[in-house]
Amino acid sequence: MTVSVASNLWYRASPMQSQELAKLAQEFRITIIKMLTQAKSGHPGGSLSAIDLITALFFSEMKGAEPSHMNDPHRDRFILSKGHAVPALYAILAKKGFISPDELKTLRQTGSRLQGHPDRVRLPIVEASTGSLGQGLSVAQGMAMGLQGTPARVFCMLGDGEIQEGQIWEAALSASKYQLSNLCAILDANNGQIDGPVDQVMPLEPLADKWKAFGWHVIEIDGHNWDQILKAYQEARTLQTQGSKKPVFIIARTVKGKGVSFMENNIAWHGAVPTPEQAEQAIAELSRGMNHG
Amino acid sequence: MAKATRQAFGESLAKLGETHPEIVVLDADLSKSTKSEFFAKKFPARFYEMGISEANMIGVASGLAFTGKLPFLCSFGCFITGRYDTIRLSAAYSQANIRLIGTHAGVGIGDDGHSQMGLEDITLMRALPTMGVFQPMDARETELIMDYLVKEWKGPAYLRLTRQNLPDLYPQDRPFEPCKLMQVRPQPGAAPQKSDVVLIASGATVGESVAAAEKLKSQGIQAAVWNAHSLKPFDSETTLKLAQTTRLMVTVEDHSVIGGLGSCVAETLATVSQHPRLIMLGIQDQFGESGEPADLYEKHGISAHAIEKRIAAELKAQ
Repeated sequence: MTVSVASNLWYRASPMQSQELAKLAQEFRITIIKMLTQAKSGHPGGSLSAIDLITALFFSEMKGAEPSHMNDPHRDRFILSKGHAVPALYAILAKKGFISPDELKTLRQTGSRLQGHPDRVRLPIVEASTGSLGQGLSVAQGMAMGLQGTPARVFCMLGDGEIQEGQIWEAALSASKYQLSNLCAILDANNGQIDGPVDQVMPLEPLADKWKAFGWHVIEIDGHNWDQILKAYQEARTLQTQGSKKPVFIIARTVKGKGVSFMENNIAWHGAVPTPEQAEQAIAELSRGMNHG
Repeated sequence: MAKATRQAFGESLAKLGETHPEIVVLDADLSKSTKSEFFAKKFPARFYEMGISEANMIGVASGLAFTGKLPFLCSFGCFITGRYDTIRLSAAYSQANIRLIGTHAGVGIGDDGHSQMGLEDITLMRALPTMGVFQPMDARETELIMDYLVKEWKGPAYLRLTRQNLPDLYPQDRPFEPCKLMQVRPQPGAAPQKSDVVLIASGATVGESVAAAEKLKSQGIQAAVWNAHSLKPFDSETTLKLAQTTRLMVTVEDHSVIGGLGSCVAETLATVSQHPRLIMLGIQDQFGESGEPADLYEKHGISAHAIEKRIAAELKAQ
């Protein structure tokens, strides 16, 4: 069954604008720090670099990203392929009402739905179980294939270190073959991975040229600039409605640990959590950031 | 009429496609070998040629399943199960309702040699929670399992198929009992009797075991043959009942005995304090090689002749 895209846009929550989104993302950063500090483990660096991009998706771009549409087959899907950044997603899901704020305290505890990496059996709204890197884009692509001809779109967030996996490039080939303009991949390019900077561990550049050569429409942005983020998402959406046959790849240049001075661009914070004192300092910084916009 | 189980699979899939619009099929450049080509020709819009990219194919199939499709993804067993991490996370852990089809099982493929032989695929798939593992002994049983996998099974399942033709063994009027061991010889209905040896086989080795049992009979040795079409779930209940009817059990498989059918039976017998001796025939911690299938079956001790010889020697020594 083919349903016109335009006629179904009504259930996209009224999109938030830059200033509102910025405030919300800072709130999520505080939630992330609190969750990780309480859990005493997790990955702050990549959660903080990705949060602006995911916030804009859920509060400005995606259709049906509400608990009331959870079983709507035409809802847009979001897959977090870089599964270790899942605290960022949990913070948003709690704000949206998919999970309760109290449940955030159970992160990584025995029996919790909030596993250390996304688990679609325990918590279906995460859409795909990820955490072994390089797999989410294939799953997102399968969804996009299954949803072709419906208004639903599929978004997939990748890490830059993650795309060193070979399966990513298999997916890059086939998404192009199947003309999946309803698929939009977002690269959280924070140039950090466990063993060092991405450009030293295994260089990826020229990144845009590579994805263009694989047949994707590539957009490059600053992943913390709200106007650029919203414009990129709008461009992806417009392309699809205008009949583009290309999947979209957004290269978002980001800062690992963004928003917390002592975490920014410091690879040590990939998988380390703050002490209570450090957390207090981080939250104080983020709170100031909120007040000053 | 002898037929390869991959052929029966391809025909069955194309037929089921008529009544099950949710079925979609993916292949990785082997559709002529896996016989998914029959479906592809009949339903081109529901067939995805994924190229030589098995890991991506597995992930894509899971994604399709999450939108309500029933994907069959096909390749050689060794190539599919070789992309283990993707099956483990994107399919099994996610409980994706997909059907992994692995053809070219065992040393029975012959000439092409080790790199094309599925020899550890059952072991790998059996270790994954939620994964079903099935292997038909002939064309008829392939159809019955396909029916079951389309209409009843939920979650991921692996179906292991042969390149080579297998003799017809499944009686036309026998009702299908999913996930149960089935008596092949003597025919059920014959008075239950103690056996000198109980053979449990799966897939291509069922026919070899039946032939071995016929030869043993002429030596005055009573051999019962049972077929295991489901390696997971495995029918432990019937296995333990059979254990009470004999002093010697023999498993026969064209697969590594480490983690295969032999392991299924050994793990079951080990749960009770008294059980018969178990001999596990199959590939004994070895790689495959090129050769005539019949020669390779003889070499690895799973031909009718080798099975007969081994059992006769064992019983004589007792």
